[in-house]
Amino acid sequence: MINNVLDYLEKNEQRCPEKTALADTCVSITYAQYADYARRIGTGIARAIKQTNMPVAVLIDRNVRSIYTFLGVVYSGNFYVPIDATMPIERVQLILDTLQPMAILDARDVCDGSFGAVSVDEYLDVSPDRLLLSKIRDNMIDIDPLYTIFTSGSTGVPKGVTVAHRSVIDLLEAFEEAFNFTESTVWGNQAPFDFDVSVKDIYNALYVGGTVQIIPKKLFMSPVMLLEYIDEHNIDTLIWAVSALRIVSDFKALDKYIPKCLNNVMFSGEVMPVKSLNYWMENIENVRYVNLYGPTEITCNCTYYVIDRHFSPEEKIPAGKPFKNTRVYLRDESGHIIRPENADVIGEIAVSGTCVACGYYNNEQKTSEAFVKDIGVSAYPGIMYATGDLGYYDNDGNIVFASRKDSQIKHMGHRIELGEIETALNAIEDVTVACCVFDEEKGKIVCFYQAQQECKKQIVDGLGKKLPKYMWPNIYVHYEQLPFNKNGKIDRVKLKKDYIENR
Amino acid sequence: MEELLQLLSEIRPDVDFEAEDELMDADVLDSFDVITIVSEIQDKYNIEIDVADIVPDNFNSAELIWKLIERCM
Repeated sequence: MINNVLDYLEKNEQRCPEKTALADTCVSITYAQYADYARRIGTGIARAIKQTNMPVAVLIDRNVRSIYTFLGVVYSGNFYVPIDATMPIERVQLILDTLQPMAILDARDVCDGSFGAVSVDEYLDVSPDRLLLSKIRDNMIDIDPLYTIFTSGSTGVPKGVTVAHRSVIDLLEAFEEAFNFTESTVWGNQAPFDFDVSVKDIYNALYVGGTVQIIPKKLFMSPVMLLEYIDEHNIDTLIWAVSALRIVSDFKALDKYIPKCLNNVMFSGEVMPVKSLNYWMENIENVRYVNLYGPTEITCNCTYYVIDRHFSPEEKIPAGKPFKNTRVYLRDESGHIIRPENADVIGEIAVSGTCVACGYYNNEQKTSEAFVKDIGVSAYPGIMYATGDLGYYDNDGNIVFASRKDSQIKHMGHRIELGEIETALNAIEDVTVACCVFDEEKGKIVCFYQAQQECKKQIVDGLGKKLPKYMWPNIYVHYEQLPFNKNGKIDRVKLKKDYIENR
Repeated sequence: MEELLQLLSEIRPDVDFEAEDELMDADVLDSFDVITIVSEIQDKYNIEIDVADIVPDNFNSAELIWKLIERCM
């Protein structure tokens, strides 16, 4: 019985110890090394913290070491929390305040002791204590958390989505049924490890005994070199953010170079523009293109749509149908379930199943707002996750994403709550009050601020200390007095309309 | 060139584009910045930048970006 992702690692260690499991630009390691390093780190952590089911933060890089450190944390009976230390210190601190981690490990290429982190190298010298690790393992069950990934929070505090082993096991079994990956599959990892898109690379590879090739971030600024790299490393499967695939299509990089070994191109995170997809499909045929849909809270994806026909630019690519063992509801405003026969009726997408996360770490209020009573269950307790995404059924029973219920946006591959940006803006001394809107057509975050005088520089300096770069507004508009509506709130509708008319 | 500096500082208001000459080598800009810069330049100057020219060496300074634009005009 499989109840822990380490079971997959050990199976591959037995079956194909010499096979390449993980590779980055500098290092490549086998399954035997992968398991050995993880056990050393696990032993080190277990001795240091002597507790289980506690968070261990990992400062990540785009390297092999980050991944085996994650599994090292799992061996210790705890769960890992990937942290991008290039974010502003204040935001990292907010995350650490919520998390109260038992330890902070530094898996980066260059460790500098920031946040009091301990270099993983110190644990690599520890000899693995198999007895200790197996005692820990015997006490673990599949509802124990595997990881926490932080995502933007509307009140200014990031939320830690906490996912259990069983949800990832469920994801892998569902992906196997849908896509049949094999041990010869090589995943070209694009997504940073603090995004759950990368969970699919790491664990699908672990499940089938395949290989993860970590693509250096720099290559995403040289689209042609990126495509050459894919071939050089025999990468055949891309599970990428839409924004990353668009780097190739928007600049017509396939006109210069066509990768020859691709089998799967899968995308998620944002709506894929049909024009971009068509460019890919016209240039590389005989590849399975798949649209994947789902928020981090339901463990990566809950629906998928294998592109099986040509789409014209005015059409929408469906989010598709649920993966096996996942139930997806559309609920109308009065809380009733919308049936697939009622095509085109818009409702909120909600998800139930083993895929649903444990909740937001140390945040009972936000958890109870989004992880609510399962509308399909009445006589006993049941939980579903209300995504805040609005969608409808098409005539084939596929779910199609329509828009958001709230002010969450997708920008450059990131999920952002405009409220988090506004909280940071309103904390800046020179700003009286400010708000943000998203110009979907141009893909820009527009900030309207009220201040005695124009003070863009002060705002930029202020935000730089609090928010990662992808959250910074792209346009700043100064007002001496912002318009307010009847309810005494900033009139965002008017601001956005005026802006779009005059841009 | 003035116009270009203006465009660049709108994309990254925190960067001094007149002084900086290691925009790529010192990791000042990331891939999304480069992609944004290329799209905005293409729109503004009504040119098409060859994808083979989208490499870090062409984006290390505002001057180099300007030279790239001139080559495409």
